[in-house]
Amino acid sequence: MSQLVLDKLKARFGAAILATHSDFGDDTALVEPAQWKAISTFLREDPDLDFDLPVDLCGVDYPSRGAAGRTEVVMHLYSIGKKHRIRLKARVGDEDMDGAELESVTSIWPGMNWLERETWDMSGVRFVGHPDLRRILMYPEFEGHALQKTYPADRIQPLVPYRTEEEAGVPLEKQAPFGPDEGMAFGRTANNISRAEVD
Amino acid sequence: MGDVNRTLALDASEQGYATTRVDALLGWARKYSLFAYPFVTACCGMEFMALTSPRFDLARFGAEAPRFSPRQSDLLWVVGTISQRQAPVLKRIYEQMMAPKYVLAFGTCASSGGFYDNYTTVAGIDKIIPTDVYIPGCPPRPEAVMDGLMLLQDRIARNERRPGIVKPRFDPVQAASGLVQLRRSAKDPSEVLPAIQQEEAKTKALREGGS
Repeated sequence: MSQLVLDKLKARFGAAILATHSDFGDDTALVEPAQWKAISTFLREDPDLDFDLPVDLCGVDYPSRGAAGRTEVVMHLYSIGKKHRIRLKARVGDEDMDGAELESVTSIWPGMNWLERETWDMSGVRFVGHPDLRRILMYPEFEGHALQKTYPADRIQPLVPYRTEEEAGVPLEKQAPFGPDEGMAFGRTANNISRAEVD
Repeated sequence: MGDVNRTLALDASEQGYATTRVDALLGWARKYSLFAYPFVTACCGMEFMALTSPRFDLARFGAEAPRFSPRQSDLLWVVGTISQRQAPVLKRIYEQMMAPKYVLAFGTCASSGGFYDNYTTVAGIDKIIPTDVYIPGCPPRPEAVMDGLMLLQDRIARNERRPGIVKPRFDPVQAASGLVQLRRSAKDPSEVLPAIQQEEAKTKALREGGS
């Protein structure tokens, strides 16, 4: 679409822009996590760029990347005035999600507040400087982060103790919805990637 | 007066039918005065609206009056997916209801979690509260729900608390009658096995002929 945004970013931040592409017309920049907030501020305040609409923020887990930045935080921005978009990515965290931190951009776009909470809740990326970083979808008692690939697919954490099998009269173990030779590609065993397999 | 009462009570207990009669009377009364508490959480609610509207007319079964206070209701409709986060709320609502209370699982999600096989969905409300009738379907048609209600009424009238499942309108075993069977079949399974096998063979032949 418009190469302008990527050119301006590269001219301003140089080495902090690790890679760019415009595949399928979507301008994308992979950036240095340390510069996340500085780049966001620039995108918001530069009059030619003027990204005033925070569209989305989420985390994508790539366990195979290991120390190279396991979780990719993806941010989508749109400029209502200039009618252009950009996708910003930053890779954070090592194999154990240590150091998975980014500076919060809630002070730039207040709309990022809940999206950062969701990314923390689901992917376990901590946003430094966020005014109220609590879980937003899951309950406080929930352990772990459900969308990390290392979260076991069959692990549930009930808030209410389940009835015993005698009381319920039914088996309480989760039943596999499909047999091994039938059903859908998103069956539990297929998605249950363990760390051992990845490494 | 005291003597008269004592005599009557003795008579009744000796005859051995008084308790049964009262139970039957109570069951009959309860059956047609179900006050519903709709616990509607998901898309099945749309079908629930259709069900309670005049087209399907739940009033025919005496179960049309919703009570949005658990203390005034005796039938809990759990309509839709229950997440782990909602489970304490559902349990509390159930505990606040006054006995006798009945629970109806509306749709596949409430019955078994449906296709949600994940970290956040309760795989069936029977993990938390006792459930009387399960109505499968995603969502179930109003006819199926009315079958479920009639099944529940049947159970209330007979004072039976074993859980029941609404069967599909077409059941190979009951193909002869073509009606949904409200009472649990007393038949020996070996008696109906040939009929099932026959139906299976027919289905298999159809499938192979088609492909």
